Amino acid sequence: MNLKKYLEVYKKFLHTSLASELEYKTNILVDLITAILSLIGSIFLLSIFFQNNGYIGGWKFEQALIIQGIYTILNGITNTWFNPNLTEIVKHIREGTLDFVLLKPIDSQFFISLKKINPSGFLEIMLGFFLLFFCIRINQINLNLSFLTLSLITISCSICILYSLWFFISTTTIWFVKTWNAIEVLRSFLYIGRFPLNSFSFSLRVFFSIFIPIAFITTIPSEVFLGLSQLWKILLEVIVAAVFLITSRKFWLFALKFYSSASS
Amino acid sequence: MVQNIIDVRNLSKSFDISSKEPGLKGTIKHFFRRQTKSLKVIKDISFEIKEGEIVGFLGANGAGKTTILKMLCGLIYPSDGSILVSGYLPFRRKENFLKNITLIMGQKQQLIWDLPPIESFYLNASIYDLDKFEAKKRIKKLSEMLEIDEELYIPVRKLSLGQRMKSELLAALIHEPNILFLDEPTLGLDINAQRNLRKFLQKYNKETNATICLTSHYMKDITSLCKRVICVHEGAISYDGKLNLLLKKLSPVKEILIVCRSEKDATKLENSGFTIKNKIKNEITLKIENNSITSSLKTILNNFDIEDLFINEPPIDEIIGKVLIKKDYDI
Repeated sequence: MNLKKYLEVYKKFLHTSLASELEYKTNILVDLITAILSLIGSIFLLSIFFQNNGYIGGWKFEQALIIQGIYTILNGITNTWFNPNLTEIVKHIREGTLDFVLLKPIDSQFFISLKKINPSGFLEIMLGFFLLFFCIRINQINLNLSFLTLSLITISCSICILYSLWFFISTTTIWFVKTWNAIEVLRSFLYIGRFPLNSFSFSLRVFFSIFIPIAFITTIPSEVFLGLSQLWKILLEVIVAAVFLITSRKFWLFALKFYSSASS
Repeated sequence: MVQNIIDVRNLSKSFDISSKEPGLKGTIKHFFRRQTKSLKVIKDISFEIKEGEIVGFLGANGAGKTTILKMLCGLIYPSDGSILVSGYLPFRRKENFLKNITLIMGQKQQLIWDLPPIESFYLNASIYDLDKFEAKKRIKKLSEMLEIDEELYIPVRKLSLGQRMKSELLAALIHEPNILFLDEPTLGLDINAQRNLRKFLQKYNKETNATICLTSHYMKDITSLCKRVICVHEGAISYDGKLNLLLKKLSPVKEILIVCRSEKDATKLENSGFTIKNKIKNEITLKIENNSITSSLKTILNNFDIEDLFINEPPIDEIIGKVLIKKDYDI
């Protein structure tokens, strides 16, 4: 893979999608306001849960805010990259415009996963980081190199798992043509990731760890923040992320053999 | 000797197609027990195309023309048989193969809708590893050939269909491919835009010796661009050869309207042994076989007092229409 070429193409992707989005100023403004209001709403909801009980699933409100912070960052990444690109796969396949992607001398997964960008998602990412810094202060977390490295690894793994899940569902469009509902279900499950995993019953905990690995997406990075995570859990998250990423890649290449293109 | 750039042997393609009965009952049945059947849309076809050739694929809707094009450019896996395009197996979509080809579809677009076409051109240039200087040079050359200039800087959504199609062509040709697959490129364009597009393709073929495979329902596209046509009927090739031979075969006679000086001359001509279609006063319409047109006209001009003469070519659409519904043409 020619890294220089891919960087150059990504620079063009950034440029063209930012330019496209900036054509519609009002839309960006509405998206920004929605992101702020959504974060305020989520924190308010969380505070209601903690009003009568100081602890939920062994987590204090100040600690649960970390999960909210990580969720906001991931949601920002979802809105910046996954939503504009991966929902487009369904459109590409339904309308047959995937033809143009497949005939370009560039990796098709790279192209359809990163071509577009929604700049308003950046604000959510920033808000998530602000919330995390606030949590670091109120929870008196000691910032050191190992903490930062582990946080970075676990958050990166969360992004990989989330991307792979979404990409996997979108890929099934090649057979099922419409998969909007499945993506909506995934997003709904992701909302659950705003709450500590321990606050759910045992059976749900198992479900969210094995079938839809929400536990790996928000809870483990949050445990790393609080110094509660064990090494095996972090290693497990890395392995799960790698398996998901590789599987989604293989699945895409396999699915393309069944792509029949839309009729003209 | 000109080499074959496309070599297709015993190519077949089947699709699983589901069918649904009408009405609510049919819909419920279709939802719970979907019945699919395998449909062979391309049936054991073979052909070769030489470098620099412009070949038109003719056929009715659903005959399999687009499926053939899509297999040639590597979008669809063949079910059986072999395809070699420029020495590559198309469905492997190797980088060097993809840099050699392009697909243009009249009904689908790759340009970024909200931005001027120039942005899409530079994006494509970076995908094809072209530096800014080279990209600029090629955009300038192609935009001159396509006669577009200011349109390059206007958002795509504000361009007319003709301007958009020209921009689509430029985006698809920026990497200077030597094989062009065109699927109904003039669809929806007005007469002038169609003519300009054809002129451009002729010029491009002449200047670059690019091979062009074209499908179109506009017969003018086929007659003005393609010397050779491949007729596809229900997934099989019904004719592969020169267009003029096909036209001659399908329309072996020409109608000649002769205006004589007097009715008397017309009657004399009527009784001279030619096949007569009709006669109205001093105007007489003859049916003459293509291969004896010159000698027959010489005889008429030498022996009869003629005021005017018109040769009527049968409408090409009508002739080609016959191809689309017939299974075999042995010429």
